[in-house]
Amino acid sequence: MPLHIICCVKQVPDPETPASQFRVDEAAKKVVPAPGIAPVPSQFDTIGVEAALRIRDALGEVKITVLSLGPEGFRDAIKHALAMGADDGVLIDDPALYQADHWVTAQVLAAAIQKLAPYDLVITGRQAVDWDMGVVGPTIAELLGLPCLTIAKDVKVQDGKVVVERVLLDGFETVEAPLPAVVTVSNELGEPRYPQLRQIMLAARKQVTVWRAADLGLDPAQLRNRVNIEALYIPQTKVETEFIEGDTVEEKVDRLLQRLREAKLI
Amino acid sequence: MANDVLVFGELTEEGRLAPITFELLGAARRLAPQLGGRVLCAILGAGLDGHSQEAIAQGADLVLLAADPLLQEYQADAYLPVLASLVQERGPTLVLLGQTIIGRDLAPRLAARLGTAVAMDAIAVEVQDGRILVTRPCYGGNAHAKYSFNTSPVIATLRAKSQEPIERDDSRQGEVERVPVGVEPSAVRTRLLGRVKQKAEGVRLEDARIVVSGGRGLGGPEGFQLLEELAQLLGGAVGASRAACDLGWYPVSAQVGLTGKVVTPDLYIAVGISGASQHMAGISQVKNIVAINKDAEANIFKAARWALVADWKEAVPLLIRKVRELKEAEARR
Repeated sequence: MPLHIICCVKQVPDPETPASQFRVDEAAKKVVPAPGIAPVPSQFDTIGVEAALRIRDALGEVKITVLSLGPEGFRDAIKHALAMGADDGVLIDDPALYQADHWVTAQVLAAAIQKLAPYDLVITGRQAVDWDMGVVGPTIAELLGLPCLTIAKDVKVQDGKVVVERVLLDGFETVEAPLPAVVTVSNELGEPRYPQLRQIMLAARKQVTVWRAADLGLDPAQLRNRVNIEALYIPQTKVETEFIEGDTVEEKVDRLLQRLREAKLI
Repeated sequence: MANDVLVFGELTEEGRLAPITFELLGAARRLAPQLGGRVLCAILGAGLDGHSQEAIAQGADLVLLAADPLLQEYQADAYLPVLASLVQERGPTLVLLGQTIIGRDLAPRLAARLGTAVAMDAIAVEVQDGRILVTRPCYGGNAHAKYSFNTSPVIATLRAKSQEPIERDDSRQGEVERVPVGVEPSAVRTRLLGRVKQKAEGVRLEDARIVVSGGRGLGGPEGFQLLEELAQLLGGAVGASRAACDLGWYPVSAQVGLTGKVVTPDLYIAVGISGASQHMAGISQVKNIVAINKDAEANIFKAARWALVADWKEAVPLLIRKVRELKEAEARR
């Protein structure tokens, strides 16, 4: 039986959207998609797929399943992972779950992971780049009763164990855990591979399995959010910027230093 | 007792109470009267000694010490059952942790284990009509969201430097209790194999009064040598944007931003940094930002007190020369 890795992915508004085009609908408490800027797979999730692929590069036979919870558009995140080299894709698309908070999301994903058993490793991004919460991966671990290693910059599987380098403030630590386990990955792992055109074409033809909550034995009415968003807004910055004038860069530098000395900063 | 605020007291590597703990105690001290409860501080570690008095001086009413060799190094499998049973026994209404390496790992699992919710990386906690509301940045800092909760206790991690500690008062009175740990070594499934330190020389980034930071606009690792020279002249430290770290131009340990460090120097000089919100999240408390960028439209200028539109290759060597001249003139005086 080959090693089975399940990667959780999510589609998000492009985090590179210029701040000037970032809009919020305060009444609906939702982010308004910037016109002409397509959503993208959450970056840390793509790095998670990369981590799984590196394990396959090292071990040979490894099955990689990509799992996502969200509307039809989330299929793009799955397709991207398939184009990178993942084997199978599963999308849990149920309108009753579109408003899921991190708790409900983790419950649904954990149920899907159990349905995909046997599995050895679950990989998620350290946080999704929309809500920046960083809670779903560790919550899945708790729900499944698995050890969890967060914010990894290197993930290896050897002798039935996962060995992870966790990013610390001033370095990293190496920790191992028995399989199955949950690992969340960080950008320090490195750039995810970019799919070639041929892989994108092949991935486009792959079937993505679609499940509803009922397929997982879940009743959405029983899955209650634990948090409510009371307000969502763009914070006001109160900085008055002085553009330092000068005919030459040297004049500008002189003036800047004058300002810094006046403010007793240097 | 049900309205207490419980603070997870984090220790530094040297085994002292970490600055974040004082910030959490400060927040708890302000919230506890509004909730009608006390401030509890749970400290987990190996040989705990002398921490209680300091925690009390910084705002704790009751310090709960869980000491066991198994808690020497942080491992979630060891810390989690201890903290979870403490919360269950003491029944606080609010649990605060730092948004640190440990808090990021521990808080989500603590919430899941206790059957409650968590808000990560919060910058404000308030009590309104008896309800706890937590504000946290999201979308890389582009937006702020305010949360309410359907379950109790509310768990939140607070961003470093987002809360003021109270002034240390060594005459404050409080209680200390040693609590049983009761974790079997076999319950710890993970094993720590080793740690590698990548300490930068000179002033620590988090402590620096002046930080000189570089980004993608530097075009390569070479520019950082100049920033180091400038930082050294100013007695400061060098930081970097995530883009620069991801490109391998500067060590990850110097990364400032949402997924790196939060810094609060008196002066922050951003060189060739566009000002992506993910970077701004690390300097949101900094009042004096100098931005040097040749793109007058760069987002960083919105947060900068002083904007210098110029090519860094020209501006930074000039800055170095002139700061050196200033310092030499001062030294002669």
